[in-house]
Amino acid sequence: MVNLIWLLMLAIGIVVAALNGHIESVTTSAMKAAELGVEVAIELIGVMSLWLGLMRLAEEAGLVKGIARIFGPAIRRLFPSLKPDSKALGAIIMNLSANILGLGNAATPFGLKAMQELQKENPTPDVASPAMITFLALNTSCITLIPATIIGVRLKANSVNPTEIIGTTIVATGCAMFMAILVDYLIRRRRKL
Amino acid sequence: MNIIAEISRWAIPLLLLLVPIVAYLRGVPVYESFVEGAEEGFKTGVRILPFLIGMLVAIRVFVDSGALNILSHWLRPLINMLGLDPDFAAIIPLAIMRPLSGSGALGVATQLINEYGPDSYIGRLASTLQGSTDTTFFVLTVYFGSVGIKKYRYALKLGLLADIIGLIVSVWIVTKVFY
Repeated sequence: MVNLIWLLMLAIGIVVAALNGHIESVTTSAMKAAELGVEVAIELIGVMSLWLGLMRLAEEAGLVKGIARIFGPAIRRLFPSLKPDSKALGAIIMNLSANILGLGNAATPFGLKAMQELQKENPTPDVASPAMITFLALNTSCITLIPATIIGVRLKANSVNPTEIIGTTIVATGCAMFMAILVDYLIRRRRKL
Repeated sequence: MNIIAEISRWAIPLLLLLVPIVAYLRGVPVYESFVEGAEEGFKTGVRILPFLIGMLVAIRVFVDSGALNILSHWLRPLINMLGLDPDFAAIIPLAIMRPLSGSGALGVATQLINEYGPDSYIGRLASTLQGSTDTTFFVLTVYFGSVGIKKYRYALKLGLLADIIGLIVSVWIVTKVFY
């Protein structure tokens, strides 16, 4: 499915650009996007090194285990396939906390770390495990308490009340998150995963 | 709300202060451990690079070509069919963009907010929608790519389902709260 979507985006984009008579825009777009990819990755390397370094300290000091012990039981219900002493749990909790607080930069390193730990417990290395899918469903629909970026945009656009959308955002993302968790649970139960 | 904003503001400085102190007190060689952990950051960054580039190129070519606008135009009759406000058509490009690209969606949302006004129906809906989910497609390809997963199984369907629920609830709650 991903292969098809990728191909369609690329092919439709090129055909539309040709029909609109600006085929040369495809070249600039593709080159610029490739450059941007490197920029994003380089930026990520910096932030990621910082957070993974700090995470290592927290791990060795026993802090991650402590956090996992406090929040683990609730989170673990969503991940029945995890091993009892799974190291993924701490990273998952850190990722979700960062998402909830709106610290996007910190969320990605913890998320990628969680994926690495989940992969260690995955019996089929090239196929997504149920725990990974649950984690990504949680991750992509996760509540953010303060959508800071969009509030900034509203502020600049002279909104009378820039923060008035916090409530509606939390309701919308809360419902999306709830449905993702519910449907994920139902799929796992039906497929006996 | 102020309390939450304050927590967000203090979270990182406090983590940077407390974690190393506690680790030091518990006998962890703090600097060396930090560096060891940080090394993983580089490897992960390099590993996700091809996935980032692959996705960004396809998304950018698609959006810059004007295909997004054409697709939105085609979807307009759907809005009439559903009996929604015709104004609502303005939100379609954002709804399509949201699962694909974070910065792309932010661009579309910013444009809508400035064009219709932050306190208009479209402005409020765009704001709510922007915060309602993350970029499903992007997160999936990068996260799975970073550990070498090739078969996503039902992950994409689940993520897109959450996006659609987010869209429907956004429309409903914004209408309900503000109108």
